[in-house]
Amino acid sequence: MKVKTALLGAIASTALAPMVLADAHEGERGRDGEVKIIYWQAPSILNPFLSGGTKDVESASMIIEPLARYNSSGELTPWLVDEVPTVANGGVSEDLMSITWKITPGILWSDGTPFTSADVKFTADYCMNPDMGCAQLTKFEGVSSVEALDDLTVKVTFDKPTPFPYGPFVGGESPIIQAAQFADCTGAKAPECTDQNFGPIGTGPFVVTEFRTNDVIQMVANENYRDPNKPAFASVTFKGGGDATAAGRAVMETGEFDYAWNLQLAPDVIAQMQEGGLGTPIAGFGPLVERIMLNQTNPDPSLSADDRSVVGPHPFLGEEAVYKAMSMAIDRPLLVEVGYGQAGKVTCNWIPAPAAVNSDTFTCDVQDIAGANAMLDAAGFVDTNGDGVREANGVEMKMLYQTSTNAVRQDFQALIKQWMSEIGIEVELRNIDASVFFGGDPGSPDTFQKFYADMEMYANTFNGTDPQAYLANGLCDKAPSPATQWQGENISRFCSEEYDALHAQLTGTANADERASLARQMNDIMVSEGGMIPLVHRGRLSAHANSLGGIELNVWDSELWNVADWYRTGDNR
Amino acid sequence: MTDQATVDRIENSVSRSQWWDVWDQFKSHKGAMAGLFFLVSITLFVVIGPWLWQVDPTKLDIRSKDIRPIYTALWNGDAKVSWSHPLGTDNLGRDIMANLMQGGRISLAVGWTAMILAVFLGTTVGVLAGYFRRLDGILMRFTDLMLALPLLPLLLVMMLLFRDSLRAALGPEQGIFVLVVVGIGITSWMQTARIVRGDILAIKEREFVLAARSIGTPSGKMITRHLLPNVLSPIMVSATLGLATAIITESALSFLGLGFPPDFATWGKILNDSVPRMVNFPERVILPGMMISLTVLSVNYIGDGLRDALDPRLRGR
Amino acid sequence: MLTFTIRRLLLSIPTLLFIALVIFLLLELAPGDPMGQMPLTIPDEVKQKMREALGLGEPWYTRFSLWLYQFFIVEPQYWIDGIFGTNFADGAQRIISFQSRSPVFDTIAERIPQTLWVVGMSYIVGVLIALPIGIISAYKQYSVFDQCGTFVTMIGFSIPPFFTGPLLIFIFSVQLGWLPSIYDTTLVVDDWESFKQQFKQMIMPVMVLALQTTAQIARYMRASMLDNLGQDYVRTARAKGMKESVVVMKHVLRNSMIPVVTVIALGIPAIFGGAIITEQVFKVNGIGQLLIIAIQGSDIPMVMTITFLFAVLIVLFNLIADVLYGVLDPRIRYD
Repeated sequence: MKVKTALLGAIASTALAPMVLADAHEGERGRDGEVKIIYWQAPSILNPFLSGGTKDVESASMIIEPLARYNSSGELTPWLVDEVPTVANGGVSEDLMSITWKITPGILWSDGTPFTSADVKFTADYCMNPDMGCAQLTKFEGVSSVEALDDLTVKVTFDKPTPFPYGPFVGGESPIIQAAQFADCTGAKAPECTDQNFGPIGTGPFVVTEFRTNDVIQMVANENYRDPNKPAFASVTFKGGGDATAAGRAVMETGEFDYAWNLQLAPDVIAQMQEGGLGTPIAGFGPLVERIMLNQTNPDPSLSADDRSVVGPHPFLGEEAVYKAMSMAIDRPLLVEVGYGQAGKVTCNWIPAPAAVNSDTFTCDVQDIAGANAMLDAAGFVDTNGDGVREANGVEMKMLYQTSTNAVRQDFQALIKQWMSEIGIEVELRNIDASVFFGGDPGSPDTFQKFYADMEMYANTFNGTDPQAYLANGLCDKAPSPATQWQGENISRFCSEEYDALHAQLTGTANADERASLARQMNDIMVSEGGMIPLVHRGRLSAHANSLGGIELNVWDSELWNVADWYRTGDNR
Repeated sequence: MTDQATVDRIENSVSRSQWWDVWDQFKSHKGAMAGLFFLVSITLFVVIGPWLWQVDPTKLDIRSKDIRPIYTALWNGDAKVSWSHPLGTDNLGRDIMANLMQGGRISLAVGWTAMILAVFLGTTVGVLAGYFRRLDGILMRFTDLMLALPLLPLLLVMMLLFRDSLRAALGPEQGIFVLVVVGIGITSWMQTARIVRGDILAIKEREFVLAARSIGTPSGKMITRHLLPNVLSPIMVSATLGLATAIITESALSFLGLGFPPDFATWGKILNDSVPRMVNFPERVILPGMMISLTVLSVNYIGDGLRDALDPRLRGR
Repeated sequence: MLTFTIRRLLLSIPTLLFIALVIFLLLELAPGDPMGQMPLTIPDEVKQKMREALGLGEPWYTRFSLWLYQFFIVEPQYWIDGIFGTNFADGAQRIISFQSRSPVFDTIAERIPQTLWVVGMSYIVGVLIALPIGIISAYKQYSVFDQCGTFVTMIGFSIPPFFTGPLLIFIFSVQLGWLPSIYDTTLVVDDWESFKQQFKQMIMPVMVLALQTTAQIARYMRASMLDNLGQDYVRTARAKGMKESVVVMKHVLRNSMIPVVTVIALGIPAIFGGAIITEQVFKVNGIGQLLIIAIQGSDIPMVMTITFLFAVLIVLFNLIADVLYGVLDPRIRYD
């Protein structure tokens, strides 16, 4: 008896201990008052189909939700459905031509009406309308039809076997909007529906009460949210605008805000803010890589507009000794230390995440200036005229190195310029305003697509965990040229038959391991044949107030994916 | 004939002694002399400095980054200081003293040239519009147009149109220098033009102008002899304020990619880049800020002194 | 003077149309792309379709005429409808921003209060401080007051707001914790408590902006007063036994106001244009911040509309300045 009670007591105490902790953030909806979020880029619209901007997609993700999304470890998680359809559970057809989603019964829109398959079908029709200019059209690529089989079942059919059918209705970029609300807003009329675009009705934990474009959003808890105890916060103030420094300061130093998004700041600046003691930076790693793209074509300004950066090859950047030596001369650990700190890792790969596709072929974490010099000497690229700059193939090794304006990137430029000069390569630097650099204006000479330079630095990533579409950025026919109005994703104009063949193979492969292996091979070709020099695997660094709990930084989906689970811990306040 | 010759000689001797008078008057102005002293010192610092302090301002030495200025050791024994970097280094280990010198060369060159260009343009437009009634309408509507144009797109278009051809013609550095100076100059003359025109409108109705006109003074002489000297003080103020604006604007341009390449330091850019770290490294904002302020203050006091010295009513008082 | 004003008002219509054309062409020519801020994960074909949905497929003159039509016909109709409850507009397409896809005038109306409160207030404060400083500095030239005034105003002018802003925030928000570092644009002032809060959040941006205004106007005021104090008419007036205060405050001041009026007339439209850097630093989210975001996002309808409204104010206030010259100095004639 005594033993039994003692045992029971022991069990109770061990069981109770976590429960006591848990109790602090369990309770009724709206118990924790207000949460204040700051994004230094201000949301301009709450309809992600009309704007693909991260700020817009993420702010909207608090209101409207997809059927399934990625969790913080990159796994597909059911959201408005009971399970993610797979071939194994019969949700995806054997021939990979269709996927059938079964919606969880009982989900309500925030206006109290039931959430049905008709809404899902409407969303697909809305985005696939050719007059609309839908920003998330790629999510619906290859979709031939979407049918509502019954109130809670949706079947998506593709026009060809699709090994990765999780494009439509998956992830923060592809949420479901309410058919009743947007019925009159289809096609060319989509942008005119300001009220709807600024205040979509959703199934998410919050409801918009006031939306001021490019400024502030005010939200309150959704009374019809599916979990009666969530969200813990009764209201949200979502402020946008300013700069990353001010956002970080407002969370970590003055405590005016609870959460600051994407603090692209030098590590010493972050560290200094952290001394404020009110907040904590958190980092998460997706596939974002800061890289130097090497121009495979000739960017000589004396060439005509039709030939400059269109016809190849580059006078010397195609030489293996040159790009290998350049890569060896770069001290990547130092770049990480100077530019990103805990939000950066050394990488030699184009696709460092998810872990399955991260190739282990290369090592590049040690700078080797002497080795780089020896490699260039051995290849016969030596300084013959004594000006301190090597010559290759009859031209001086002088390069123009451009990037967007950003304090960290300018520091990188300065460092890399110095290392290049140590191996006898002269580099001229140029920085361009980000809105021009990343803008696709064919009239501007300074876009990253036109690439009127020898090397350029920027970061790129992909959504979700499947790199197939991203790997297409290395295909020969994706190179920008005047014929395509300089549109195209193959920025370095890399072209390899072997690579194209592997990509064709990838599109027809369903097995996850085989897909990962193909992706690794393609990554290796891109890096070893000099399409780019990967520098830093960049993480997303955000900061939250110490008094805010439940945060799981998600780099595979919207950062605010689990805002319903956030709560106040009671620390430091 | 002889009479004419005597008049000429007298005028010559008068004008020569007049400039001596101006200098004498200027010398007695303490503020102006102090301003002149500081301006000459700063100019010498940036012009002669790089020959005496031969450290490459773009040289990175990451091992000796974030060194504090030597004077920090006075109150903080633990501070990381080094005699090889008397004013410290930045976050990549670049020597701050060398950067201040090199940056000062560019800032002063850009500031002076752009300011002179803007003041010259503004004064010309203002005088012409104020004096010739027929030009007034068209010139002032043009001024309205220039005031209304959004600055950023204007500068971006300038860069688009002229950067590559200037770069080819004059080389990367001179080409960009011309572009920056012209960019600042042609976007900041309008206020001077409006002010000068307003004053000219009033002055040209004064008795002495009417008297000069009645004896048949030609327009050119009228402007240089009678009108310009009387609008000198607002022009001086415009020039002083314009110098400060030009130095600061230059740093904004480099953010657009319109300015100098990112490894070219200027005072404005050092100041701008250092703002996020101003708590731990206040010297990085204070030093360039002080350089800019001192320059502007000196020019202001010199302007005051010149104005007093050039005013015959005040001279000898 | 009345005929002059009417003639100038009539003349300003073609002037403004020409200015609109130049601005539009400038924005067309400027490198930039409304899709520039979309993430790189969106492929180029999709971006091209989005551009077409924005109407960017049309030639520039079609888009310019459409903008003119919307600005001068449709928007006033909506405005009248809003006041009288009529229905002239009949659902016609308003000027829509590329970024938010909402009518630009709604957004501008949302931003005006912040801008007027902060930038307008700073201008008033600046002018009110500057005028006495300028006058006293000139009257007591080279006194201690003059020297201090000169020193402070010149330092204030030569230190840019991107430095003074963060400095003030560091002192008053981070260290002392007295003032908020982020402006709350949703604050409604309806009682003493919220007024105090509004006052607190306005102090820093107003201080930063007023410093610049003060420096500029005080310098011009002082220079102009000095010029006039040495004139013969002042000596005459004093010789006649006029009171010193009358001489200075009435005659000298009036004649010295011309450059100051010019500067103020140029400054008032700038209030509407907002203060880009200061608004960014303190997150005031007024017109200046709206304009810079629109420019960065190549939001042509928004930039065009704001810039054009700005141009209207410039033309108008320069006209007012010209009329005021005539009032201050009746000898100035334009006809």
